[in-house]
Amino acid sequence: MPDAPGLELIRGEIERDHPGAITATSFDRGQAALLVDPERLLAVLSWLRDTPGQGYRFLSSLHAADYLPNEPRFGVHYELLNRDRVERIRVKAMLADPGEGAQPQIDSCVELFPTANFQEREVFDFFGIVFRGHPELTRILLPEDYVGWPQRRDFPVGGEPVTFTYNERNYG
Amino acid sequence: MEIERRSFQARQASARDMLRGDLEGEDLERYVEERVVTTTFEKMLNLARANSIFPLTFGLACCAIEAPISIVTARYDLARFGAEALRASPRQADLIILSGRVSIKMAPVVRRLYDQMLEPKWAISMGACSSSGGMFANYAVVQGADKFMPIDLHIPGCPPRPEAVMYGFTKLQRKIMGSPDQGWRQRYRAAGTEEWARGGPASTPSPEAAAAYEAAREMSLA
Repeated sequence: MPDAPGLELIRGEIERDHPGAITATSFDRGQAALLVDPERLLAVLSWLRDTPGQGYRFLSSLHAADYLPNEPRFGVHYELLNRDRVERIRVKAMLADPGEGAQPQIDSCVELFPTANFQEREVFDFFGIVFRGHPELTRILLPEDYVGWPQRRDFPVGGEPVTFTYNERNYG
Repeated sequence: MEIERRSFQARQASARDMLRGDLEGEDLERYVEERVVTTTFEKMLNLARANSIFPLTFGLACCAIEAPISIVTARYDLARFGAEALRASPRQADLIILSGRVSIKMAPVVRRLYDQMLEPKWAISMGACSSSGGMFANYAVVQGADKFMPIDLHIPGCPPRPEAVMYGFTKLQRKIMGSPDQGWRQRYRAAGTEEWARGGPASTPSPEAAAAYEAAREMSLA
């Protein structure tokens, strides 16, 4: 894990090669994170992977979160790991909600990290985030004919209301 | 004819005589009155069915530890009730125990397994999850397995103890010996769904597969 000054050093070096690609950094509870411009995500990921002295060659996790009601709404998180120094860095790309009928889009990083294949499909499955250039972007866990993106915060929880006497007495 | 009770040894002796062919007249009448029970064919059939159930080796979630796994072990021993032969194929099984939550992706598979079982067949919904969705009131889990297939018996619990599963099993035996079907198979369109009843398996091999099969057969014959 790079410490806070180390994170700023990484940011400075990326600024030199890709000006404007990093929008912010955060160092919280010992965890380093880079907020990137989603359009230039692949440049940052390949810089972190290929630059000598960085070598974050292992994508340990790729996941998304829905920050509703914040704007921009969706965050795609890439957890990178350097296996020589056992250092982790998180790359966050924030995506705005394009509104009804459209889906947020981001570049696929399968070319850089083959392990992202299934994880991007999972993010697509639950959040409806489209990864441009993914070899086969289909649902992976839910049935193929499922309608909706169930891990979004505005998706109804589902299930059926149960009429327990406790609920009747207190909320009925 | 009034039969007074005889001692065990006397009944054994007359059984031996019967086997030897020495029993005649009054003694033979007495033997038949003692030893033969008349009943209806249905009752006899249901008695046999209830005491020779073949459950399907099948588990869905955590309840599978309690039902198909624990109750066949030596400690609980479902073999005492004539159900020790767990079958690995639904085509050989009589009973399917839904042990755990049924996700919406698994529901068609479970229904297909049930459809493949041959009559007479029974289904037990075990635990809170497969009976009502349980704690999983969400987008991914079917809220009660009786939404898509007929369930003969629900066992409550989260998970039920193996004793509860065995009690439920004996209840199912009682039900089989009584009136097994109260018409819900028709309600769920679950009668006549086996492949032979629907006109056989709906799969014809592709020309390539048929050619490969023929080639392999030629090789094995040569």
